[in-house]
Amino acid sequence: MVMIMCLICDLEIEEMVLKFMNFLFIFLEVIVANVVSNCFCQPPTSARGQQQESHGDLRSLSSSLFIIILHFLYEVMAVHGPVVKIHPVVLASIVDSYERRNEGASRVIGTLLGTTDKHSVEVTNCFSVPHNESEDEVAVDMEFAKNMYELHKKVSPSEVIIGWYATGYDITEHSVLIHEYYSREAPSPIHLTVDTALQSNKMNIRAYVSSQMGVPGKTVGVMFTPLTVKYIYYDTERIGVDLLHRTRASASRTNGLTTDLAQVASAAGRVQEMLSTVLSYIEDVLSGKVMADNSVGRFLMDLVNKVPKITAEDFESMLNSNINDLLMVTYLANLTQAQIALNEKLVVL
Amino acid sequence: MGSLKDSAVSGSNPLDSPVKQIQIDGLVVLKIIKHYQEEGQGSEVVQGVLLGLVVEDRLEITNCFPFPQHTEDDVDFDEVQYQMEMMRSLRHVNIDHLHVGWYQSTYYGSFVSRALLDSQFSYQHAIEESVVLIYDPIKTAQGSLCLKAYRLTPKLMEICKEKDFSPETLKKACVGYEHMLEEVPIVIKNSHLINVLLLDLQEKSMVADKHELLNLSSSNHLEKSLQLLMDRVDGMSQEIVKYNSYCRNLSKQQQQKQQYLQRRQQENTQRQSRGEPPLPEEDINKMFKPPQAPPRMDTLLIAGQVNNYCQNIKAFTSQNLGKLFMAEALQGHSS
Repeated sequence: MVMIMCLICDLEIEEMVLKFMNFLFIFLEVIVANVVSNCFCQPPTSARGQQQESHGDLRSLSSSLFIIILHFLYEVMAVHGPVVKIHPVVLASIVDSYERRNEGASRVIGTLLGTTDKHSVEVTNCFSVPHNESEDEVAVDMEFAKNMYELHKKVSPSEVIIGWYATGYDITEHSVLIHEYYSREAPSPIHLTVDTALQSNKMNIRAYVSSQMGVPGKTVGVMFTPLTVKYIYYDTERIGVDLLHRTRASASRTNGLTTDLAQVASAAGRVQEMLSTVLSYIEDVLSGKVMADNSVGRFLMDLVNKVPKITAEDFESMLNSNINDLLMVTYLANLTQAQIALNEKLVVL
Repeated sequence: MGSLKDSAVSGSNPLDSPVKQIQIDGLVVLKIIKHYQEEGQGSEVVQGVLLGLVVEDRLEITNCFPFPQHTEDDVDFDEVQYQMEMMRSLRHVNIDHLHVGWYQSTYYGSFVSRALLDSQFSYQHAIEESVVLIYDPIKTAQGSLCLKAYRLTPKLMEICKEKDFSPETLKKACVGYEHMLEEVPIVIKNSHLINVLLLDLQEKSMVADKHELLNLSSSNHLEKSLQLLMDRVDGMSQEIVKYNSYCRNLSKQQQQKQQYLQRRQQENTQRQSRGEPPLPEEDINKMFKPPQAPPRMDTLLIAGQVNNYCQNIKAFTSQNLGKLFMAEALQGHSS
């Protein structure tokens, strides 16, 4: 069945192997979820019940297989349920609260705030909630969560609780309990996991929504279905994130804010890099090393046509008038500054 | 032009304040941006508190939280209570709960005002190393993050403490508009884990760069800046007129005093020559009450603001000139 999926989705074999490994992990996670659901079920009361329980087992196994396939599909295409759009602020907060966790705590949990739509959920803010977790019990400071939410509501009244987050890769039994608490606060809450322990060499960010599963009326459990996660930015946020990216390059992980002309220079440098990449691609195509791609060719055509065709004199006059405007404004600004400096000195006399 | 700007704002001597550099976490930057984006539309200022700690001569800002807008009901209750609650809750989750300053958004660079001065003074009075972070969202939207940190100079602190803004004290202290606020250099720092996160985001998000920095249209921004500059210069000229009239009154009064004294002396000598007792000396000061010296604080503030506007305009024009020359080069290749 896996191979058929592969053919349908038209993927390369290496990617397939990776995804296979990935959903083996998920398979284990689903087994755990199954165990959990069985624990939460009512114990059967009759012999007939015994038989039904075994049926339930088979059914739960088949449903778990179904879940595996769903997970697998999730890797490749979108899944039912709302799309989760996350702002980078939220992720940075989560990472920061993980770094500040108490001694001995292996993971951090907190509340997600945001707005919901018919088809999407936008997560715009979050705060961490202190909690204690041990083998057999979990304690969450709910008073604290309520207080924080009230405070946050004062600043941005449009944000509501839409779910909760946890760091770490798995969904444990405690997650189910916490999720139940949050479903009292919000309709169909979102559960977000951020893998800060970097188990798969990447920070996996996944979102889940819970739904009932199992035989209705008898053994009802909770299943976490994954959702598509998108990252959205405001324009200014993107600029901020760009700046933060630059700290990666420096050794001491620090970066100063640059002056104005230097910024224009760096932007020009970026455009130059892009142009050289495109040029090298074109040369490859011309010399026959790479096959020509029609869509890329069309983009190139667009690019060349974007430089507006203006006659030399018109352009000269436009350029000159613009430069004159700017120079005049600079002169005025300098004049004003000199004036107030003079005024200052005269008063002091 | 960049180096000129720095020296003009911070004074020609190096900073001799307890804080020489500010280190901001990436998280704080993102939070400030988000706060303005969501709650600050309509050219209202948004404000918030900065949390962090002081390490040697660096001020590290590790977190922040926003203030609700001052709209309805009891503002006082909201402020202090809200702040206390927030700090207490943040302490539970191990976030630094030490107040180290506050931040404010600005509209086209107009933030040098009485309110800012008062707030910053009370902060700096209570906490030696506090700063105010000014976030300029419009300049940021034009392509690069505009975040500046300011402190009041020690001289200005002295003057504010005594609340004496007459020209004599200002003359004695030699405080010009350039020495009101000093700018502290900012450095952004990220932890390793956040760097991993950024790497991840970069791979997954595929948001196309919009290159606002290379935008050629400048007239809108220039127009607004120049208009604000004109308003301030008008205000400035009014203050100057006030001061001039005060000076004139003062000198007229001096003249009158002199004349009165002379007349008195003449009369006295006449009386003496006639053998009559001289007229008693009257208290001159009670007769000629000196005119009220206008407070110079507003003038200083306006001057500082005008200076700020001019610097912003110059930075903007220098960028645009660069861009125009680039466009010329592009045309040159194709024509």
